[in-house]
Amino acid sequence: MIKLRGICRNFQVGDQIVTALNHVDLEIQHGEYISIMGPSGSGKSTLLNILGLLDRPTEGTYWLNKKDVSQLEERALAEQRQKNIGFIFQFFHLIPRLSARENVELPMLLAGKSANARRERSRDVLKSMGLDDRLNHRPDQLSGGERQRVAIGRAIVMEPAVLLADEPTGNLDSKSGDEVIQVIEQLNQEGISLIVVTHDPEIGKRADRHLTLHDGEVHHDTKKRL
Amino acid sequence: MQPGLIPCLRWPHAKMLIRDILRFTTQSVVSNRMRSSLTALSIGIGVTTVVLLTSIGEGVNQYIVEQFTQFGTTVLAVQPGKANTLGISAGVLNSVRPLSLQDAIALKRAPYVQYSVPVVSGIAPVENGGRQRTVNVIAVGPDFNLAFKFELATGSFLAEDELDRPRAVAVLGSTLRQELFSSEAPIGKRIRVGGERYRIVGVMKPKGEMLGIDLDDSVYIPAARGLELFNREGLHEIDVVYQDGAPTAEVIAGVTRIMMARHGGEDFTITSQQQMLDALGSIIGVLTFAVAALGGISLLVGGVGIFTIMTIAVRERTHEIGLLRAIGAPRYRITQLFLGEAMVLAGLGGAGGLLLAITIVVITTWIVPNFPAQIPLLYASLSEITAVTIGVAAGLMPARRAASLVPLEALRAG
Ligand SMILES: Nc1ncnc2c1ncn2[C@@H]1O[C@H](COP(=O)(O)OP(=O)(O)O)[C@@H](O)[C@H]1O
Ligand SMILES: [Mg+2]
Repeated sequence: MIKLRGICRNFQVGDQIVTALNHVDLEIQHGEYISIMGPSGSGKSTLLNILGLLDRPTEGTYWLNKKDVSQLEERALAEQRQKNIGFIFQFFHLIPRLSARENVELPMLLAGKSANARRERSRDVLKSMGLDDRLNHRPDQLSGGERQRVAIGRAIVMEPAVLLADEPTGNLDSKSGDEVIQVIEQLNQEGISLIVVTHDPEIGKRADRHLTLHDGEVHHDTKKRL
Repeated sequence: MQPGLIPCLRWPHAKMLIRDILRFTTQSVVSNRMRSSLTALSIGIGVTTVVLLTSIGEGVNQYIVEQFTQFGTTVLAVQPGKANTLGISAGVLNSVRPLSLQDAIALKRAPYVQYSVPVVSGIAPVENGGRQRTVNVIAVGPDFNLAFKFELATGSFLAEDELDRPRAVAVLGSTLRQELFSSEAPIGKRIRVGGERYRIVGVMKPKGEMLGIDLDDSVYIPAARGLELFNREGLHEIDVVYQDGAPTAEVIAGVTRIMMARHGGEDFTITSQQQMLDALGSIIGVLTFAVAALGGISLLVGGVGIFTIMTIAVRERTHEIGLLRAIGAPRYRITQLFLGEAMVLAGLGGAGGLLLAITIVVITTWIVPNFPAQIPLLYASLSEITAVTIGVAAGLMPARRAASLVPLEALRAG
């Protein structure tokens, strides 16, 4: 489903060039559960952002569903993100004035789905997150774990093929963190490809496949299948 | 994962619904109630100003048209002196022959002319025994009541009489009659006007005001007597009433010919009611426009307010912008949403301002029934449209800035 070849990402910092990713090759199948680990600054977030089409590689090719997406123009990229990618952030990024339900509906809203379809789908999604009694709560009325689950609901509401999580538990206590991990693992069970960036080895170990980055290179990959 | 679950096959890429765009923008405007109301207020005040000022302009315009047309529109006024281009009589400077009673008689022969009424007026004390009252003295020809369709309550109007030495008779306006005679019958009684004795021959029906002159608190006397009373050489004006439907230009030409022949030059000015209405209309139109433009400046100030608030909003909501982009909103959508917000702000402010203006006008005309204020639909809708346009213009730059943010950096900001 995902194929990276020779992916490099350089950042210009002043008159220096920082190499965040250095010739990364990677293949990911439908339904895989992968953890990405590595020391701080090793390029984990950069890799995830490129996978999530939030960033473009300086060099190399990225095929998503057999389509070369490394040279897409802005609008087509937005469309790909909308249809194929679900993203979870460390800091949730919920919109504070909207209810849990409205936050979850946001991608559907942007995609022009009818109010009826949205209402039904957001209820189902929040229910599966165990938040059926929090539909109309605003983010400031929710706990950290609940917020992250709302954010997960928003990430999967469009039924993307892949769910990308950058330190999803980094801002949570261990109990809420566990709940969040359970929720996304359940989603993986149901078929979504799951890629989690973490520096917590406990969480990292749970994945089927472990990817370790070092100085922008794939240091270790426990590829089981393929 | 089966291919059937891949969302792109089930949910083709579609555009965000207009209704949802409106709801989303309105929600974010409403969520910041205090700030939004203050910003909307700045636009609202502009709209209120424009609508109120133009309402008064429109009201004054209607009032004047009413005042001028209540005695018919087929009227020419002949006045002494040649009006220069500024419309100011230059009679004082040049040699001008005064308008005489004979001129008025002569003008009856002009084509299409029905009545020719000499007019002199002023203010003088009128007394009946012990009761005294200072009123308008309107000294006119005997056709006056017919020419302007004034009706008599009792008696008759001033009679056709010797031109230069008419009998000392007077006709009372209804208010004056009440003040001087209460319930007594006034016909045949004698009064003094400016010290001279007059015999009352008639009383007018109530007529109201014309341009601030209370026609009912007036006394009508023969024109020649008026000239004497006010010690004038000539008439104030001669009002010529012509047939309905007659070509105004030809009537003017006829009157001009007769006057030129009698005076040996053009030392008089003819103003037709129609010209006067047009001139006044265009003056008031220009004033109304100028006043609307002034109000428009306060709309601009409101625009600056919206620009500021939207710039702040973009900075505050950088995360939100990054998020929207991350979950699939293209650039133009961000522009649209923030522009929409500016529009909603301005639109709501404008609507509020409109409402306020209408309320003020309604309350004012309720308290002061004759207050000349009419809400002009044109300016009302124009100011609302201007408000929204200013909202768009003011929101454009901040919205563009929002759309130009790189999603990742926006998410990471702050
Ligand atoms: N926008 C950026 N500008 C400059 N340097 C960056 C930027 N993003 C990441 N980097 C650099 O790239 C490297 C990898 O960063 P990142 O992928 O965030 O690491 P990780 O997530 O593994 O901690 C780091 O050295 C970081 O300083
Ligand atoms: Mg990171």
